[in-house]
Amino acid sequence: MVLIYIDHSEKEIKKSSYEAISYGAAIAKQLGCSAEALLLGTVNDDLTALGKLGASKVHQLNNESLNNFDAKVHASLIATAAKNLNAEVIVFAHNINGKAIAPAVAVKLDAGIVTGACSLPNLQNGFEVTKTVFSGKAFASIKIETPKKVIAINQNSFGIENYELSATIEEMNLPIPAASVKLTNVNKIIGEIPLTEANLVVSGGRGLKGPENWGILLELAKTLGAATACSRPVSDSDWRPHHEHVGQTGIQIAPNLYIAIGISGAIQHLAGVNRSKTIVVINKDPEAPFFKAADYGVVGDAFEVVPALTAAISKMKHNE
Amino acid sequence: MNILVCISKTPDTTAKIAFTEGNTKFDENGVQWIINPYDEWYSLVRAIELKEKDPTTNIHLITVGGPESEPIIRKALALGGDEAIRVNSNSNDSYVIAQQIAAIAKQGSYDLIMTGKETIDYNSACIGSMLSAILDLPFVSLANHLEVNGNNATIQREIEGGEETNEVILPMIISCQKGMAEQRIPNMRGIMAARTKPLKVVDPVATNAHTSIKEFSLPPTKTGVKLIAPDQMDELVKLLKEEAKVI
Repeated sequence: MVLIYIDHSEKEIKKSSYEAISYGAAIAKQLGCSAEALLLGTVNDDLTALGKLGASKVHQLNNESLNNFDAKVHASLIATAAKNLNAEVIVFAHNINGKAIAPAVAVKLDAGIVTGACSLPNLQNGFEVTKTVFSGKAFASIKIETPKKVIAINQNSFGIENYELSATIEEMNLPIPAASVKLTNVNKIIGEIPLTEANLVVSGGRGLKGPENWGILLELAKTLGAATACSRPVSDSDWRPHHEHVGQTGIQIAPNLYIAIGISGAIQHLAGVNRSKTIVVINKDPEAPFFKAADYGVVGDAFEVVPALTAAISKMKHNE
Repeated sequence: MNILVCISKTPDTTAKIAFTEGNTKFDENGVQWIINPYDEWYSLVRAIELKEKDPTTNIHLITVGGPESEPIIRKALALGGDEAIRVNSNSNDSYVIAQQIAAIAKQGSYDLIMTGKETIDYNSACIGSMLSAILDLPFVSLANHLEVNGNNATIQREIEGGEETNEVILPMIISCQKGMAEQRIPNMRGIMAARTKPLKVVDPVATNAHTSIKEFSLPPTKTGVKLIAPDQMDELVKLLKEEAKVI
C-alpha cells in the first residue's frame, strides 16, 4: 500500500498535498496496490473528495492538538501508522513540513528515502527515483535499496490527476506523544500568496533601481494574481523582505510562470527558478544571461514594458 | 552550553556542474570546495554569536568527509569553532552520514545540534530530521531566528506565507536558513588560532547505506528564447495563454 501524508494549516489541506496524493496514486498503480492518505488533526475540507485525486481511503487521527505542527510528534505518529497499515511506500510533499518529518519517518521505518523527487519510480532495475540536485542544475537517479521506501515529491513537478473515486474515511486511534515544541506565535503575511505555493510569480532585480519603483511590479502581480519575489541583491539591500529572495541561497521555486524584471540571471539566481515551467525575462540589456534560460524575452525598459504588460493582461481578463 | 555544528563541504556556488565515469560521479576536477553556505553563514555564525553572549559556550564542529574536507574545517575553526571532528567517510547516503553524526553526538552532551537547511549539492534536507529520529530529540527546521535562555530556546521558523515562533526545551536539533545570522569573514587572528585548534579524525561506525546514486543527468537546454518587441505586450499575453498555457 502507498500511504500519502496530508499536510495542512489553518484547517486547510495544502495544495502541495493534493499533488502528493496524485503522485502516490500513480505509484500505487505501478505497484498494483492501493493509495491511501493519512491525516493528523482536523481540516474543513471534504475528505471524501480526496478520492478525486486518487486516494481510496483517508486514515484520520482526529485530534485538534495535532493541528499545530511538531516534527517529533508528527514523525513518530506517521511512522507508527505506516507500520500498523503495513505501508510499502510513504509519500510526502517536499514542502516545509515534509522536509522536517519525511527523513525522520524513513529512519523510524528503516526505509531509504529520496527527497526532492521529480519523477515516478523506475521499477526496471529495482526502485529508482529521479531527484533534483545541485539546486536544480542537474538530476540524479537514486536507487532505494530497502524494502520500505519514503519519497518526498518536489512541488509543481507532477501535477494533479483526476479519478472517479470517493474516499472512505477511517478513524485511527493512536496514543499521542507529549508535545516537544510549544507554538507561541504565528505571523502570516495577510493577503499575499505564499511563494512556494504560487503558480505565477513576478520577480524584480536591481534593474528596478530602488524600492520606490516596485509599484509597477506589484501592480502586475496583482493583475495577474501572482506572488512577488526578488533577487538576492534586492533583499540584501532591504528593498524587499528577505522571504521574497529566490535563488540558490534563498527559496527555490517551480511555478508555472516566472516573470523576471531587471534581473540579469546570475547562475545562483537561476538555480532557484530554473524548474519554472515558463520563464519570461524583461531586461533592457540584450546580453543579460537570463535570456538564455528564458522561454520568452522582452528587450526593453522595464518602466515602459511592465505597465504595458499589466494593461495587456487586464484587457485579456476583461475579455474573458 | 555545548553546541555541535554540522558542516559539509560543497562545490562553490559558481562551480561547473559536470559528471564523469559514465555520468555516475560528480566531476570534481578544478572544483573549489566551500563550507555549505547554510552551514556556514547561518548555523555556524549563529553558534558563534551565542558564544559571544555566553563565553562559557563550547562550539564543536563535525564533518563527515575525506581528508579533502580539512581546509573547510580549518576555515570553520578560524571563524570561531573551538574544536572539530572529522569522520573519515566519503558516503553520500544521508542515512549513513546522520548515523556518523549521531554516534559523535551521543559521546558528548550537546544542548544544541545545528545544521544548515540543506546542502547546495544534494539538496536533500535530511540530516537534521534524521538526527531527531536517531537521537529522539525535538527538531525545528528552516529556522530564521534563535534565542537561548537557560535551557529554553525560542525559535522562529518559516511556514507557508509567514513565520511561527516555537519554544523548545534543550537539548534539540535545529536547521538554519537565511535571517538567522550574517555571513562573516575570518580575521587573521582567527586564521592563526585555527592552526592549533584540535581536529580529531575518527573512523566511521559501520552502517549500511539505504540508497545509491545510479546516474546523474543535466536538464535539457531551453530551445531558445522567443523575443517579443516591447510594444507587443498583447502578443506576449496571447503566447502565455495559448502557447505556454500558463495564464
